[in-house]
Formats: sequence, structure tokens, C-alpha cells
Amino acid sequence: MTKKQGHYMSVSSQLDIVNGGNVVTYLIKGPWTLLHVTKLSRQIKTTTRNKKVIFNFNEMTDFDTHGILLLLETIKKLESQKCTVEKIETNEKFISLYEVCEKNFPKDMKSPPNHSGIGDFFYNLGKTISESKKTLINFFSFVGGLTGAVGILALKPHKIRFQAIFYHVENSGIKAIPIILLTSFLIGIVIAFQGAVQLEKFGANIFIVEMVSISVTRELAPLITAIVIAGRSASAFTAQIGVMKITEEIDAMKTMGFSIWDFLIIPRVFGLMISLPLIVFFADIISIAGGMVVAHLQLGISFEEFALRMQESVEIKHVIIGLIKAPIFGWIIAVLGCFRGFQISSSTESVGKYTTISVVNAIFWVIAMDAVISVFLTEMGL
Amino acid sequence: MNSVIEAKNIVTRFGDNTVHNSISVEIKEGEIFGVLGGSGSGKTVFLREMILLQKYNSGSMSVLGQDINNLDDSKTEELRSKWGVLFQFGALFSSLSVLENISIPLKEYSNLSKDAIKKAALMKLQMVGLPIEAAYLNPSELSGGMKKRVGLARALIRDPKLLFLDEPTSGLDPKSARDFDKLIVALRDALGITVVMVTHDKDTISTVLDRFIILGNKKVQFTGNIEELRQSGDENLKEFTDGK
Repeated sequence: MTKKQGHYMSVSSQLDIVNGGNVVTYLIKGPWTLLHVTKLSRQIKTTTRNKKVIFNFNEMTDFDTHGILLLLETIKKLESQKCTVEKIETNEKFISLYEVCEKNFPKDMKSPPNHSGIGDFFYNLGKTISESKKTLINFFSFVGGLTGAVGILALKPHKIRFQAIFYHVENSGIKAIPIILLTSFLIGIVIAFQGAVQLEKFGANIFIVEMVSISVTRELAPLITAIVIAGRSASAFTAQIGVMKITEEIDAMKTMGFSIWDFLIIPRVFGLMISLPLIVFFADIISIAGGMVVAHLQLGISFEEFALRMQESVEIKHVIIGLIKAPIFGWIIAVLGCFRGFQISSSTESVGKYTTISVVNAIFWVIAMDAVISVFLTEMGL
Repeated sequence: MNSVIEAKNIVTRFGDNTVHNSISVEIKEGEIFGVLGGSGSGKTVFLREMILLQKYNSGSMSVLGQDINNLDDSKTEELRSKWGVLFQFGALFSSLSVLENISIPLKEYSNLSKDAIKKAALMKLQMVGLPIEAAYLNPSELSGGMKKRVGLARALIRDPKLLFLDEPTSGLDPKSARDFDKLIVALRDALGITVVMVTHDKDTISTVLDRFIILGNKKVQFTGNIEELRQSGDENLKEFTDGK
């Protein structure tokens, strides 16, 4: 749209006002484009009132919609100040672009009001509460649907999708083993090391065995494993299902008569419920090994002594309680991960939002459930 | 007329799979130019090469007079400021409102005042045929056709010399598609931009495009306009004329 490319640099863009009594001439010079608009808008003075104004565009070298928008604003302002405006222009391209811009000149538009103040605080509070209630009801209906689907599947075991279940056992379980082993080894070392310092003061060195074995197998290994898996798999489940929802894969499955419970949710839930106890078992072994190393180096308890003492004084029930908790944690992680995935709507933002929520929820409910089980079992004398 | 894009002997390979084997094309200033071809013929790849999203293996291509294989950072930025791109599904930023989507290039790359940016964005919004009330909607609240229009307004906001469109009418109903065609022609006439589009739409091909190429079999099968294609009577290319 350059009119005279050669003049582009030579004429600086400006607006000269020639005052001639009742007639004021606005001389438009140089390029009026995006680059120059801010500078020009500072130059323009629209103090003329009740006069005839002539806009002369003959020395304009370049223009675009931004320049024309500025001209339009100036002209409208002058007209509102009771000036009559005339334009001297010969360039056809300019005229046609000017007409398009004039037709689409935006009327004043107010931004929607920003919500603030005490009324909005209560409005948002109420909104949050009513939405939480809806989410809770949806969650219960999700759990109900899942239980129903599991019940139906129990009657038709040939419909269970073992391949999918083992795919998730591998992806969420086996592939998590390295990080779980490293974490639990470190946990074993930390517990033993902190304990060793205290126990040494009393000369009760050998109690390091009970301390490490019970705390790790009963509480720490299942908890740490569940937290790592929640970070790994709850987020993955939410994002996978959410993106499947956005790309309409889930709708496609529904229309073909595939049950989303059988295809998507049950394999994930069972995959985690199967793999978590297995990983926790590994985590038990490795964290006790970590404790053994510290006991040997710090307190001079040999591996044999440690193992013997463990056999004598640590009951197997602690290990079993830890392993029983694992599938419960797996259920919580998988169900929350899948549930939040189905809440994702069409925007990319909601993928991030619900993935975060699902991980935070999963970790919180794992810890809360651990506390409930802990209190319950201790009260029962186990 | 100056040529805006000049591609010579472009070769593109993905691994062992050759997509383009020596493609040459020249696009003139002010024309609406189409890149046609069957699925998998590398139309979109060719478009992506022009807008620096993908590299070609050999050959040379210049866009707006710049050899695009040989650009430093400041020249790349300058070149990018001179074109607008409309993606197939609009590619609106979902965390921003319609108005913010349109005005973000100006916010980042110009010294305009907030008020001027808003006015310019609202003007472009109306130019692409959307009501001004749509300004504060979110992209998720828009239909497919509206998303494309907003995407077009965003592509036009800095008054580009060159506009790239990836299947602008796909997924639109026939009336919206024809309206979109008219809009493109009107904008070209008003703003004097050069338009390069990838398209399948037969109506667009016969009514909007000034010239086009047909890609197929890794080569350029045809260059010219619709009349020339009809006269050529090439059986394999008949699907691109209206088939009558």
C-alpha cells in the first residue's frame, strides 16, 4: 500500500496546520503508519471550533489502518466541535481503505466491570460452596458408576480388559520402581540416622531395628510410595482423559458403544490397585536395607544381628498392614485422577488447572486416609 | 509487479520420505495465491516453510525480499512483523479474551497507547464481520467460524503486507465459507495485501484465487489460474475444477 516507496524515509510524518481565517487547512505529510501513530497523536491539536477544516492528503506518502484510525478520530472530534470537514484526496486506494475504516469505526465500548468489594466476596464464597457441593455429588455419582461397572464386570469376567490393566501396571507401577527405590532407600537412611543419634544416648542401640522396621513397613513406605505415585500417575490420568475429552475421543467411544468405565477407568483403577502393593513391598525391603546400612556404620550392628533381631521382635502384622493400605491408596489416586480428567472442558487452561487439582487432592486424601486407618487400627489394638 | 515470495527448487524430506522434490513458485504482490493438492501432498508443510516454522532440506526461498535461510534474529523479527498467519482452527490463546487476542501483537510490539490499541482491535474485529459485543467473550464461547474470524483479525492487526491462511474455509458451513471468501477479497482490495492460502474448497478455488499451484507426486503439477486449468483438460487435475 506504499504510494511512493522512494519518499518513505525522506519526508517525516507530520501534520501542519495552516490557519486562514475561517478556513483551516490540515496538511497531512509523510507516512501515517503504525510506526508513526504515537508520535503523530501527540502532535495533533484539535482546538479548532466552528470553522471549515480542509484535510489535504496530497503529501501523504504511506498509510495503513492505524494512521487512518487516527485521522478518523481527529475528524470526528472536529465535527463534534461544529467544524465542517472537507477532504482533498486523489489516491483511490486511500479512499477505499478510508471508507472501510470509517464503516468499521468502533463506537465507545465499556469493559465489563471488574468484580471487587464485599458483595462480590460473598458472591464468590457462595459460588465456591455451591460448586463444591455439585462436585461432591458428581464425585459420589462417579464412584457409584465405577462400583456398578465393577459389579457388572464381576459377573462377566471375560469382558475384563486384562491387557489394558497390565499396560497400566507397567506404566504406573513398574516404570516408577527406580524413583520409588531411591526415595525409600533415602527414607530408611534418614529414619535410622536420626534414631541412631538418640538411641546411642541411652545405650539402646539394638532398638534401631524395631524403630526402622516398624515405622517404615507400617507407615512410611506405603505413604511415600503413594505420594510419588500420586505425583506421577494422578496427573497423567487427568491429562490423558482430559485431552481425550477435548479431542472428542471419549465421545467417539461412547457412540461406538464402548463403555468408558471398562476401557478407561477400570484398567487405571485396577492397574494402580495391583501395582501399588507390589511397589510398597519393594520399598519396604529397600528402606530396611537403608536402615541396616546406617545401623552397621553408625552403631556397629551387623547385618546378621539386624536380621535376627527383626525376626524375633518385629511382628509380620506391620508389614501386612502396610500392604493392605497400598491398594486403598491406589484406588484413591486412580479414582481422583480419572474423575478430575472428566471435569476438563474445552480450554487448554483447564487441563493445567485440573491436573494440579488432581495431584493435590490425591496427595491430601492419601494422607488423610492414612491418618484414619492409623487411628482406627491402633484403637483396635493392632 | 514485484514478487513477494520466490521459492526455487525446494526439496523437503522427512527421514527417507521425500515430500517435495524441487518445487519452484513465484507469488506476486497483491495476488491471492492458492496452494492446492491432495491430502499428504505437502501443502501445509510448504506453507509452514514459508512462515519459518519448518526447514527445507535444499533450495532457496525468499519472502518479502529476504532469503529466509539466511536471517539473523533482528531480520527474523522484522519479517515476522510484516506478515499475519491464520491457522486452520484459529489457534486463539484460550486464556485471553477475544479483544486481548486481537490486541496482543500491538501490546507487545508497538508503542501505541492502551486506548489506541483497543480502538484498533475493535476496528479490526468489525472489519472481519464480527459484532463489537463479541470483544469480551472467551475463545471457548465462540463457534468455529467466529474463531477463524477472530484469528483473521489477529493476523491483520499490524497491517501485514502478507497474509497466510491455512484452510480458511474448512469446517465452515457453505454460507459462512462464501462470506469468508468475500471477506478475504474485500480485505485484499482495501488493504492491498498479498494472500497465500492452502485450500481444498472448490468454490474458493474458482472464485477467489487469482493463481494457484497444485502439488502432487512431490512436484508442482500445475501453475496458473482456473481458466487455464480447465483448458488444459488434464484428467488427473479435474478434481480441482468444479468437476462439471
